[in-house]
Amino acid sequence: MQKKEPETGAFFPRDRTWQPIAYTPWYKTSILRSPQKALISLNNTLSEITGPVFGHSTIGEADNDLIHNFAKPGESAIGPRIIVHGRVIDERGHGVAGALVEFWQANAGGRYRHKNEGYLAALDPNFGGCGRSITDEQGYYSFRTVRPGPYPWPNGVNDWRPAHIHFSIFGHGFAQRLITQMYFEGDPLIWKCPIVRTISDENAVRSLIAPLDMENTIPMDAQAYHFDIVLRGRRSTLFENRLEGN
Amino acid sequence: MTTYPAIVKETPSQTAGPYVHIGLTPNHCGITGVYDADLGIEMVNDKTKGERINIQGRVLDGSGAPVADALVEIWQADSSGLYNSPAERRGEADPNFTGWGRCPTNGESGVYSFATIKPGRVPYVDGRLMAPHITFWIVARGINLGLQTRMYFGDEAEANAMDPVLEKVRQPDRIETLIAARKGNVFGFDIRLQGDRETVFFDI
Ligand SMILES: [Fe+3]
Repeated sequence: MQKKEPETGAFFPRDRTWQPIAYTPWYKTSILRSPQKALISLNNTLSEITGPVFGHSTIGEADNDLIHNFAKPGESAIGPRIIVHGRVIDERGHGVAGALVEFWQANAGGRYRHKNEGYLAALDPNFGGCGRSITDEQGYYSFRTVRPGPYPWPNGVNDWRPAHIHFSIFGHGFAQRLITQMYFEGDPLIWKCPIVRTISDENAVRSLIAPLDMENTIPMDAQAYHFDIVLRGRRSTLFENRLEGN
Repeated sequence: MTTYPAIVKETPSQTAGPYVHIGLTPNHCGITGVYDADLGIEMVNDKTKGERINIQGRVLDGSGAPVADALVEIWQADSSGLYNSPAERRGEADPNFTGWGRCPTNGESGVYSFATIKPGRVPYVDGRLMAPHITFWIVARGINLGLQTRMYFGDEAEANAMDPVLEKVRQPDRIETLIAARKGNVFGFDIRLQGDRETVFFDI
């Protein structure tokens, strides 16, 4: 595979009707944490176009195995074993190589390993809940984990989060920085969730729901879920790049 | 100029939630033994060029209460104004400076801090030099889409007055929210998510 010149174009403007707005009072915490003044629009400068590089040496070999990365030797996390995999691409459909993908989640019972967590579901001594991966040349990532449980949270009196995995994605430019959540196909809690409903476009919500992927399921071992992530794409100009570079 | 349009929509954002630290700074919240060290904690080493500074501040909500479960990331040029990035085509940045930092806010006080160096000046799109600045990204429970802002330096009044980005902000009292006051080698920069002195956030 030939080495590609790094892209240096400005990013496409963010579609803020597709992204969740800041003030969503049905998600109560947003009330005091949402800016109320207009954002100032800014042409991308080098400060937004550039970003750090995370080499494959940044991370450890077991970082993408949440079933084992916190477990005692010979033991493993409790819960339905799954593989989550997909590609990080940009808005032009190109794979984003070398992206840092970090993920965190509750255990199979819906409980996080955190001192502020109050849910009565049990901690799993063999589950930490964090993992990470760096995408390959085509933008692929994958990890193993247990399927997280849904959990109740203080918002309405009876609000439950659908089962989800939190994702943080770091592409090539600081303006591409993104945090999101992946949901599981068929979960009836998805459309009831106030956090999901901070996104108004139904198709935008659908893009966060990972389908079961039978082709990549490993018999007698783990079900697979497929989740592609799209980061902002860059303008490409013929002054900067040759045609074949596009 | 020919440009290529977007063909796929960006993945929609969701809040980082209350436990973002589990994923991004697990050692900080007591999940040890998985990663050697949390990423983004060390930006400098003994050989880093430039003036050593600390940046310190709080993230505050609309009632003035500290946001104790936020995470702040910063990105900045080296002391000569070059970014440690493949997209930097003007020269080679200081290899002893990462330019990138990540810090959780303190679980009670909402304070974050970075030990870094003062950045050099970077050109704006039209070639004019921008004043030294640091790019910020803030996520937390209750923030549906990460917030982007910039910190400028209180001891750079002349450069700040000519800065093409601050120029866009126009109102002097709003510009104030982007300027960190210097005390010794510490620059204080509080981020107010809402309210009278709401920090200017950018759509970049
Ligand atoms: Fe969660």
